[in-house]
Amino acid sequence: MDAIQQALCQHFQHGMPLCAEPYRAMAETIGSSEAQVLDALQRLQRDGGLSRIGPVFEHSRAGASTLVALAVPEALLERVAERISQYPEVNHNYLREHAYNLWFVLTGPDRARIDQVLDEIAADTGLQPLDLPMQRAYRIDLGFPLAGNPVAGHPQSKAAPGDTP
Amino acid sequence: MSLLTQQQRLQLCRLLEEGLPLAPRPYLLLAQQLGAEEQAVLAQVQSWQDEGLFRRVGLVLRHRGLGFAANAMLVLDVPDALVDELGDRLGKVDGINLCYRRPRRLPQWPYNLFCMIHGRQREQVSAWIEALLRREGLAQLPHRLLFSTRAFKQCGGRYAAAPEVAHG
Repeated sequence: MDAIQQALCQHFQHGMPLCAEPYRAMAETIGSSEAQVLDALQRLQRDGGLSRIGPVFEHSRAGASTLVALAVPEALLERVAERISQYPEVNHNYLREHAYNLWFVLTGPDRARIDQVLDEIAADTGLQPLDLPMQRAYRIDLGFPLAGNPVAGHPQSKAAPGDTP
Repeated sequence: MSLLTQQQRLQLCRLLEEGLPLAPRPYLLLAQQLGAEEQAVLAQVQSWQDEGLFRRVGLVLRHRGLGFAANAMLVLDVPDALVDELGDRLGKVDGINLCYRRPRRLPQWPYNLFCMIHGRQREQVSAWIEALLRREGLAQLPHRLLFSTRAFKQCGGRYAAAPEVAHG
């Protein structure tokens, strides 16, 4: 990641200017030009580091969501994972190391739609989904600290895991 | 300035979930797709922001694309009477990105506290978590570490009821 990309990640994960020319405003904040900011964001997106830019909707206000797990037999994994990813209500579909090996988030306009999709998935796969809706958030995703991430350290740093607080 | 219709608001919501265009006048491009004025789109987004509909507005990064490939979900079985206190404590730890309480589903699933931790290397993440649990006096609580080994689909939450919306 270059200096402009790092500055953008540092300043604009939690908020960005809401105006007709946001990239120009961002450039002014970090002492760059609008063209450089757009170029940096386009490269970051092309290289897979940037998903998108814009609002992250508040779950509780914008609709309903739940975390779902399926225990998929190894032989069926590719087929079931692909089928699950096809649901427009599904995002963050991951393979994890556990008997419950397929984990994904379901989102919808309301809980009734979530229940409907859970039923469809059960009928579709013959597997009983674990439905694990959030009951309380102690920490929500507020973006990702790149510099000074205590778990990872900086790629160039020699900090050992034991050095972390 | 004309306000957006209900249909335009829904369409704008979907477009925003796809991400703002990377162009000098992104809201003008959105407005053209809606057949609306740029100012009306900006006013609508500002009003959603004021109403607290957004958790945040800005860059949405992909951990894996940035080299943070070791993504662990730490799950713990915490006595109900202690879960809020412990959740608050773990939620303040730098390095824990998410900390949620979720229901147990007995007998299959006994865990009620979920934390997400991202790092570059698996061994480093495991060691960091085990050290954290020892330091917090939690190592004896039933817990599991579920590393993700593959991402089949990764995109932001979609709330607009629109089965026909295409996904990347």
